[in-house]
Amino acid sequence: MDNTAVAKTGTEGRLWGGGKQPLKASYGKLMMWFFILSDALTFSGFLAAYGFSRFKFSSEWPIADEVFNHFPFLHGTDAPMFYVALMTFILIFSSVTMVLAVDAGHQMKKDKVVTYMALTILGGLIFVGSQAWEWSNFIKGEYGAVEMRSGKILQFVDANGDRIALEKVAMGEQESLRERQTESEGIWYMDEKALPSVTLDQVKTGFAAQNDLRVRTMKLNEDGEKTILDRETSLDYLNNRGIGIIEGANMTKNEYGAPLFADFFFFITGFHGFHVFSGVVILCIIFFNVLLGTYEKRGSYEMVEKVGLYWHFVDLVWVFVFTFFYLV
Amino acid sequence: MAHDTAHQHHDSNAAKKRIWTVFGILSVLTIVEVIFGYIRPSFFVETEFVSMSILNWLFIILTIVKAYYITWAFMHMEHESKGLRRVVVWTGVFLICYLIAILLIEGAYIEEVYTKGYITWDF
Repeated sequence: MDNTAVAKTGTEGRLWGGGKQPLKASYGKLMMWFFILSDALTFSGFLAAYGFSRFKFSSEWPIADEVFNHFPFLHGTDAPMFYVALMTFILIFSSVTMVLAVDAGHQMKKDKVVTYMALTILGGLIFVGSQAWEWSNFIKGEYGAVEMRSGKILQFVDANGDRIALEKVAMGEQESLRERQTESEGIWYMDEKALPSVTLDQVKTGFAAQNDLRVRTMKLNEDGEKTILDRETSLDYLNNRGIGIIEGANMTKNEYGAPLFADFFFFITGFHGFHVFSGVVILCIIFFNVLLGTYEKRGSYEMVEKVGLYWHFVDLVWVFVFTFFYLV
Repeated sequence: MAHDTAHQHHDSNAAKKRIWTVFGILSVLTIVEVIFGYIRPSFFVETEFVSMSILNWLFIILTIVKAYYITWAFMHMEHESKGLRRVVVWTGVFLICYLIAILLIEGAYIEEVYTKGYITWDF
């Protein structure tokens, strides 16, 4: 038997000389770290692409404070970012309960692990729900805009520079009172997108009649605010360049400005929301395993630690999304 | 045996204290970010440092500090071996910096092409 052994390498006793575990971590934990690393690169790819597009359109990018200013039960008040900040707190706090669960697992206290994991799952669910609410506000929109030939948009403001919704601008009868064509009613299963609530002609009529109204373009001025045109130019832009109405947001058009803005919003927060959702699912699986006593029998709660790593990573990504989407 | 239990108890208390301290730090940093994001003090917005306002620098630095605390304290990176720490952190930091640098430089270049008037893009 002895002659099958490898001759001495001269590296015995060294950290990387073989026969040791230099990283001092189990296989599962190591692989979770490498998964997190690759996932972090995916997310930074998205955020860097967002930065690319924002630099490309740096003179006309939408202002986040104007877009994300809703708060539940406070309709109509301008509350920029407060809701997202609240969501951030919920996620950070669920991270705290998660790390407390891991800590309780180290001490083999099953009941505490159960409590803290339940709280973590609850926090995750609240966060996903909040994100859904945020999405629905974003998709619905608030003021509406007029699309120009170039694909850029015009928004309406009053004499004080405050935003005015399209319904308030529009006047006169709706010329073509037709119904939206749906697949069930139409010919050959054709359908169309939701019809705007007002027509471009109504907006033009209403704008011409109300002298204090102005339009603002996507262009940012030196103070970082959207440029408001004077009355003549406003009329000229609206009548000669306007081609349609945009209400809310979808993948190709949105009332906030650059179409890419909505695309990145849907994609980055959506991908993050998907991570939160899958995190909740994995947490639930581990949670039931804890309840069943699987890890008690195994003598180690390392599985809780591994799902904990994933959960903290989700929180970590959100910290960056919050900064680059809402603050910067 | 009694000694072991006492020792573990002490460790657990220290770990809990660390968790709550880090939670406090993360909360304070987030609140500071929100306050600055809400007020947007004109001095911070107007003063530029390396082609970015110092307000944005503040946000980014605070975010990296938060990321440090989440990774080190919550993900227990501080208790991992030096090898594991370097494998994960150095790789990530290097690749992310590379990606960001290359994409932002390109984005700024395209913006310049647009604004220098080679293309009409507002009509």
